[in-house]
Amino acid sequence: MFKKALAPFLTCSSFVSMKSLGAESDNSVMGGGLTNLNMPRGVTEVSQVAYDVHMLMMWICTAIGVVVFGFMFYVMYAHRKSRGVEAANFHEHLGVEILWTVVPALILIFMAIPATSALLKVYDTENADIDIKVTGYQWKWQYEHLGEGIKYMSEMRTSIDEIEGREPKGEHYLREVNQPLVIPANKKVRFLITGNDVIHSWWVPDFGVKRDAIPGLFTAAWARVEEPGLYVGECTELCGKGHPFMPIVVEVKEEKDYDLWLEGKKEEAAIYAATIGKDWSHEELMSKGEDVYKISCAGCHQADGNGIPGIFPALNGSSIVQGPADGHIAVLINGIAGSSMQSFADQLSEVDIAAVIHYKRNTWDNSVGDIVQPVDVLNFKTAQ
Amino acid sequence: MAHGPAEGITRWLYTTNHKDIGTLYLWFSFAMFLTGGFFAMVIRAELFQPGVQLVQPEFFIQMTTMHGLVMVFGAIMPAFVGLANWMIPMMIGAPDMALPRMNNLSFWILPFAFAILISTLFMEGGGPNFGWTFYAPLSTTYAPDSVNYFIFAVHIMGASSIMGSINIIATVMNMRAPGMTYMKMPLFVWTWLITAFLLVAVMPVLAGAVTMMLMDINFGTSFFNAAGGGDPVLFQHVFWFFGHPEVYIIILPAFGVVSQIIPTFSRKPLFGYSSMVYATAAIAFLSFVVWAHHMFTVGMPIAGELYFMYATMLIAVPTGVKVFNWITTMYRGAITYETPMLFCIAFVILFTFGGFTGLMLSVAAADIQYHDTYFVVAHFHYVMVAGAVFSGTAAVYYWLPKWCGRMYDETMGKLQFWLAFIAFNITFMPQHFLGLAGMPRRYADYGLQFADWNMVSSVGAFLYGGAQILFLYNVVRTIMHGEPVKEAKVWEGAEGLEWLVPTPAPYHTFTKPPVVISGAAGEDEWSISGATPHVAFKASPEAG
Ligand code: HEC
Ligand code: HEM
Ligand SMILES: [Cu+2]
Ligand SMILES: [Cu+2]
Repeated sequence: MFKKALAPFLTCSSFVSMKSLGAESDNSVMGGGLTNLNMPRGVTEVSQVAYDVHMLMMWICTAIGVVVFGFMFYVMYAHRKSRGVEAANFHEHLGVEILWTVVPALILIFMAIPATSALLKVYDTENADIDIKVTGYQWKWQYEHLGEGIKYMSEMRTSIDEIEGREPKGEHYLREVNQPLVIPANKKVRFLITGNDVIHSWWVPDFGVKRDAIPGLFTAAWARVEEPGLYVGECTELCGKGHPFMPIVVEVKEEKDYDLWLEGKKEEAAIYAATIGKDWSHEELMSKGEDVYKISCAGCHQADGNGIPGIFPALNGSSIVQGPADGHIAVLINGIAGSSMQSFADQLSEVDIAAVIHYKRNTWDNSVGDIVQPVDVLNFKTAQ
Repeated sequence: MAHGPAEGITRWLYTTNHKDIGTLYLWFSFAMFLTGGFFAMVIRAELFQPGVQLVQPEFFIQMTTMHGLVMVFGAIMPAFVGLANWMIPMMIGAPDMALPRMNNLSFWILPFAFAILISTLFMEGGGPNFGWTFYAPLSTTYAPDSVNYFIFAVHIMGASSIMGSINIIATVMNMRAPGMTYMKMPLFVWTWLITAFLLVAVMPVLAGAVTMMLMDINFGTSFFNAAGGGDPVLFQHVFWFFGHPEVYIIILPAFGVVSQIIPTFSRKPLFGYSSMVYATAAIAFLSFVVWAHHMFTVGMPIAGELYFMYATMLIAVPTGVKVFNWITTMYRGAITYETPMLFCIAFVILFTFGGFTGLMLSVAAADIQYHDTYFVVAHFHYVMVAGAVFSGTAAVYYWLPKWCGRMYDETMGKLQFWLAFIAFNITFMPQHFLGLAGMPRRYADYGLQFADWNMVSSVGAFLYGGAQILFLYNVVRTIMHGEPVKEAKVWEGAEGLEWLVPTPAPYHTFTKPPVVISGAAGEDEWSISGATPHVAFKASPEAG
């Protein structure tokens, strides 16, 4: 079950790759400012047809606007009462009325043709070389390379201190993640997108890919990217308070680099699998548990464990947290039905789950004292 | 025989008079407009700079949700119901609305609905935080407890709207003066009649949607819960089956207002009266069959996507007809630019601009890039603010002298117009750029590349807020000590029965229906703008 176990290790390795890559080859528009006015043309066929049909529509509308408003401004100027004009009294003319019904209809037909062919492109999801499953979580993304047994979480790396202004905002503010999605260049990659909790939407403007991530449903989109580099996107369906804080970063690698990366991933997973059986010490679990808690739980239950009354229960002093370890493991593995307390079985590794449980049982005012080991979590899972 | 209003507060509580109820609706809607505007100021203040400064993201999304709900259901819809109450009986020569007691009820439940809705902000767990479109399961499984109050409030608003529209339908169908055939009704009456049918058709759908939510939340059903075999996308279909007609419910009465005002200040009859009526009906029909253009990214089959794209594009045809008719009405008129006319001209320009972006949005392949970004926010503010709100403002300036017998201050009116017009564009024009550059909507915080235009937009928003205070001041000043107006026909070029009654309009009007006269309208006689064959009315000799 190594695929569930990657997150902790990736955090540091990907951190390095993001830093080094982010500096030179971020292909999406940066710096913004007042000149940033239009849609990017993007790097895939889909984004380019979308851009082209967007520009076409814009110019047609501009042309119509110039004619219609031009006439209107002329009328406003020429037929002012203050110039001494007499008002005419006509109020019907069948000819022009037919004309301005038929002409717009013809223009629309003219627009519908490129609009249709562009849409056919969007839907051309057959014959993909690679399938990536994308799952939206509150408030992070999970990527799974189908058929490779590789699965990881991608979370925003911008710190709360930067967001709340206690630290200066970095260059990649809100556009940086611990582990980008990695895909190969020059391959047709199909994204199978779904949601775990609420609806999210996976948008990478440079790919022209925006698909809602809906629980219980898969939507498909595709991209073939030629240029290696980093591409940034965002969640575009309101999914709760963390909605702005779940950016998407896609790293496109040359095919051979991608294969190397894939190998590395598999190795890491194998090494990790071996650590599950190991006996973890109190200190190791506490320090790992604190990290996991901050990233995965504090958003709701708060850093001080006191929750938010009425929405998120306090874990500090909670009877579940201080009760038998199994009850607590069950909450994390199964979630609590009908609430936003989701199952973490797929998101966190056994080590993470054990660590965060151990941490909560022995911090704040809680002091249970026993040790919860990753094997306990594994046993619980297999027993189910 | 005419008796005046009761004294004191009971006048307003028990009133069944269409003018009093119209006034109540209008003041209520203005209060909601300021409330929703305050929420907007909170939103724009937080977005003034990147980072989280003023309010936490959780509260921010409660603000965006409340802003949308209060503006749509509290400000715009009641404003036009208020205008309908005041004007429809006077325009068709009726003494009052057909169902005056229901009229009282439909207004007086509204303040309760909004008191309940707004009180959720103070509840444990906070108010609705799922956007005015309240997509499930964010609004069901994941909602704060206050969602039940939200559902209750929506039900009350729906009941109010349905009663209001039944009343309008009954009034227009039964109480027109002799000689006022359907094709002679002023366009404002026509657009409202059609709107009322839209409302009766879709408010129950909204009620159904929130009822299903209520069941999912409290009674263990799974309409929208994928884990229980339900479908979150079903929610969106149901919502937008209500939601798209709803945007036309908002704009059609505004079309009506503009069709009254432009002929007046062009001193020329409305061009293409009957094509205006048919275009309105066509828009109303089409509005039922395009809903899923809001859902181009949910992964519909391509056939569905193509259909909704073509159908949406089609709406541009009747919409274009209306715009061309307004402009041709001005053509070879003798135009003057009083405040109501200025707002109507701005309406035509900015609404058309919003129509253009709407046409762009209808192209599904491009909408994949636009959807749920600030581009959409810009689009619907051009049609809803520069559309509905501008025309509502124009209507108040236009009919205020008739309502209270006093003239507003023209200089101040023009000042407010220019302030609103410029501030509006500073606020919303940059949002097109933000959206195209990739800023999603409902974001409490954004990347540094969006900082500059967001700051511009926020400055514009504060100015726009200021313009509304000026509007309030101008209206209150007019009512209290504006220049008195005596002439029944306040505006030189005005046509229609409302100008037949004295100024200010007495508490009861047309207790005797007006009489039709043949031939052209002379002194003290009024015809209906643009209607053919020509008909003119004069006050009944015995009427007060
Ligand atoms: C999206 C918000 C959210 C996140 C993230 C979250 N929780 Fe929860 N949690 C909840 C909610 C809501 C409940 C209450 C559910 C109920 O009882 O209906 C809950 C309940 C619990 C409980 C039961 C507490 C009690 O006394 O009833 C535990 C234990 C718990 N969470 C642990 C965690 C841990 C550990 C994490 C991180 C791995 C975490 N939660 C992350 C929302 C969240
Ligand atoms: C030519 C006419 C119009 C066309 C073709 C059109 C088209 C569209 C489309 C395709 C969308 C969906 C965009 C998206 O979410 O990706 C949209 C959104 C919207 N439109 Fe229009 N529209 C038109 C006129 C109007 C009018 C008259 C109003 C209201 C007065 C209006 C109000 C809205 C609103 C409120 C939304 C956003 C809804 C939301 O997501 O919150 N539109 N329009
Ligand atoms: Cu989101
Ligand atoms: Cu729509």
